[in-house]
Amino acid sequence: MSFPWAKDYQPQNPLMRFLDEKLPLPRLVYNAVGAGYPVPRNLSYFWNFGVLAGFFLVLQIVTGVVLAMHYAPNTLVAFGSVEHIMRDVNWGWLMRYTHANGASFFFIVIYIHIFRGFFYASYKPPREMIWLLGVVIFLLMMATAFMGYVLPWGQMSFWGAQVITGLFEAIPLVGPGLKTWLLGGFAPDNAALNRFFSLHYLLPFVIAGAVILHIWALHIPGSSNPTGVEVKQESDTVPFHPYYTAKDGFGLGVALIIFFAFVFFMPNMLGHPDNYIEANPLSTPAHIVPEWYFYPFYAILRAFTFDFILPAKLWGVLAMFSAILVWFFLPWLDKSPVRSGHYRPLFRKFFWFGLIPCMAVLFYCGGAPAEEPYVMISQIATAYYFLHFLVILPIVSSIERPDPLPFSITEAVLGSDDNAVLGDKAQATA
Amino acid sequence: MIRLVGILIGLGFSFIVLLAFGSGVLTVIDQGYLKEETAEHAFHQEAHGPDGGFQFEGLLGTWDYAQLQRGYQVYSEVCSACHSLNFVAIRDLQQLGYSEDQVKAEAATITVPGIDPNTGEATTRPALPTDYFPAPYANSVMAAAANGNAIPPDLSLMAKARHGGPNYIYSLLTGYAAPSEELLEEFPDSAPGAGLHHNPYFANLNLAMAPPLTTDGQVTYAEGNPEPTIEQMAADVSAFLMWTAEPQLVKRRQTGWAVLGFLLFATILAWFAKKQVWAAVKPRKH
Repeated sequence: MSFPWAKDYQPQNPLMRFLDEKLPLPRLVYNAVGAGYPVPRNLSYFWNFGVLAGFFLVLQIVTGVVLAMHYAPNTLVAFGSVEHIMRDVNWGWLMRYTHANGASFFFIVIYIHIFRGFFYASYKPPREMIWLLGVVIFLLMMATAFMGYVLPWGQMSFWGAQVITGLFEAIPLVGPGLKTWLLGGFAPDNAALNRFFSLHYLLPFVIAGAVILHIWALHIPGSSNPTGVEVKQESDTVPFHPYYTAKDGFGLGVALIIFFAFVFFMPNMLGHPDNYIEANPLSTPAHIVPEWYFYPFYAILRAFTFDFILPAKLWGVLAMFSAILVWFFLPWLDKSPVRSGHYRPLFRKFFWFGLIPCMAVLFYCGGAPAEEPYVMISQIATAYYFLHFLVILPIVSSIERPDPLPFSITEAVLGSDDNAVLGDKAQATA
Repeated sequence: MIRLVGILIGLGFSFIVLLAFGSGVLTVIDQGYLKEETAEHAFHQEAHGPDGGFQFEGLLGTWDYAQLQRGYQVYSEVCSACHSLNFVAIRDLQQLGYSEDQVKAEAATITVPGIDPNTGEATTRPALPTDYFPAPYANSVMAAAANGNAIPPDLSLMAKARHGGPNYIYSLLTGYAAPSEELLEEFPDSAPGAGLHHNPYFANLNLAMAPPLTTDGQVTYAEGNPEPTIEQMAADVSAFLMWTAEPQLVKRRQTGWAVLGFLLFATILAWFAKKQVWAAVKPRKH
């Protein structure tokens, strides 16, 4: 693991030497996020978002554990116990608003992290496993966030649970039985609320485990970088500490300023007013929409309105799950020998003028009511979404002529690399 | 192989979703672009606040305690006849600037369900500050029966449970009017039915609640307060309901400024630290 020039951990005092012999935890940290981990020197701020995602995971776990001390997962009192947290628990409102907005910011950060991966083709060999684990983490996050949104037992909690678990009904034969089994009843009720609470407490730790594997897998090839050219020599890297601890520290500061501006000044902006009404199975809200971070996939679900052999609803469910599952196959769908979008002119055009507008449209339409023109617009965007990953990407990556790459990261940063010159000379004389 | 399968699946999903799109287009060609205008869409009005606004608005807003006290008076004399305030305790009134003794005295005027200490039978007793505001109806069936089948919603969180918040409450309370000629002409079905009242700020234009504030001076304010016009009472009770929904509103913003100030300072330090750390390896600008 790591590069030959990675600094070796030297325990400085008897205590650390003792620890290093018995349980080399300081060595692990040193090699993972310390001076012992050489990182490409040219990482942009887009490489900050992994650390930010880790920060928000910890923040969610800490605030969530505190909230669980005061919350009661029972349909009779759940809504009231959240109000108890807001009104009577010291700083309870801060815990809850931080947790609710923390979920949104966790997703903002993760979406940027994922799209960084799309643009720089971070999923390409040798980093396939990091990517696969990342998609698993995203799926776990979606499940956790969905169940967390049910806990306050407001109108959107209840009806969101109703709609999402109702999707399983579309599965032929086992669908209705599966839905009843998942909910522990025929509709969301106390059994569902209890198990959602249990799983909402469990899954973050599963995510934390997957994150450890994600980081472990990352440390085998090391971080990718904006040129996509692999590290060749010591001058291509700097030690993680202090270089990236300092840079990520600044990035975290900026992220926290934006985050706490939401928490303290517009804590309900990313939520729905309907969730301040207690769940009422007899009164359906006018527009049932999930949280904003599910909008693109909700738009894909609702885009399928035509029964073609199978019922439209089943197509919608299949497409919604496939929209994320397709990410698993990216390492093998993208044939290009070059990673970074900076050196892939055609790929870059499809990214900026295809995928990004397509996602923006899906985000918008997912939150809009299910009526025209939004349905027709999301149908076009959905078609593009699947074409982009499954048709355009494989074809473009095999026909496009990439721009010339720099010899090394050093050359990309400094404009010249003595080894590159030597390499050319060596080639010329050979 | 994986790419070939991928291309087929991609084309498949696109084909099916484009079929759905095509059938949508056919419908449009066949029946025209049908987007039936609804009365709600055409005549529903956006919420607005009172002319002077609320003192709690804005990034530096603070509570107007005199207004909150007037709003509480409007709630207890008018709204509380039908609407509960389940999540607010009587002790919370101290946050409105009442003294402990005043809150105790106020609690004593409120009757809550109790248990006879000798017989254990259900009875009533004067409230204590630790009690929550009692609901006007024993259960939702009784509430519906007394109000033409519409259950008056709990008001504790109303200012957060509707788009527009306190502005919406103010608009609704002052917005009752006879439906316009135009509306009745275009949508004769939208005329308020029996027991319903027209209000352009309500989502479907007709609501079961009769105008609660009907005359100026309906509530008598103590001396030194503004005239209790309908607008004034509506603004006061809207402000009060913002407080019931978010009692920590002002404290939250004040904490926010301290937190943001600290973060700004820390982030500037982090910027200089980052600059200094990187100075040695940054390429010189040519």
